[in-house]
Amino acid sequence: MPRSLKKGPYVHQKLLAKVDALNDAKLKRPVKTWSRASMITPDLVGHTFLVHNGKDFVSVYATENMVGHRLGEFATTRVFKAHGAHTAKATK
Amino acid sequence: MARLLGIDIPNDKKIEYSLPYVYGIGLPLSRKILASTSIDPNIRAGQLTDDQLAQLVQAIQAMKIITEGDLRREQQQHMKRLLGINCYRAQRHRRGLPVRGQRTKTNSRTRKGGRKTVGIQRNPGAKKGKV
Repeated sequence: MPRSLKKGPYVHQKLLAKVDALNDAKLKRPVKTWSRASMITPDLVGHTFLVHNGKDFVSVYATENMVGHRLGEFATTRVFKAHGAHTAKATK
Repeated sequence: MARLLGIDIPNDKKIEYSLPYVYGIGLPLSRKILASTSIDPNIRAGQLTDDQLAQLVQAIQAMKIITEGDLRREQQQHMKRLLGINCYRAQRHRRGLPVRGQRTKTNSRTRKGGRKTVGIQRNPGAKKGKV
């Protein structure tokens, strides 16, 4: 079930405050965040985020097309291992 | 064989069951379309008069139903957008795995295709002790 429209999209408060501050100052600086559930709103477009994937911070540049998606969708938490990953072909 | 919307040729089934042969029209939509016209859903598609066929096309267009090539193109566009932004869903599309969080330990054969046995693949350097 989707989120109630009344509430509007979810963006972590502190993250939003940081982006707002950057927008006011007309600055573009990567914003480090753990808030993978935050939705990319038009305000966030054009900023770079360092999204935590549980281990590292993945750089995500928010574009117009990403509006409505959440930051976590662009920073995978799992390493994809196909069969044969330990062979010479794969480790190359 | 009746021709509808250019290329589609439903056969000599009842029109109600023949309409779903059009890509983008399922049974519920087919019933809805027929209900909006005065055509009996039980007559065979081949027995429809040209007038009735035109009536059906008109009803489909009036209901703004996207079918066939247009629908496929639209779906491709949606996928292209996902692939362009490289999100989780795009990665699942690329790998041909289920996109909406289904399990992959078993099943998912529709997305994965036929079963392929993967034998053991050894690292040729493993035996010599240099991995």
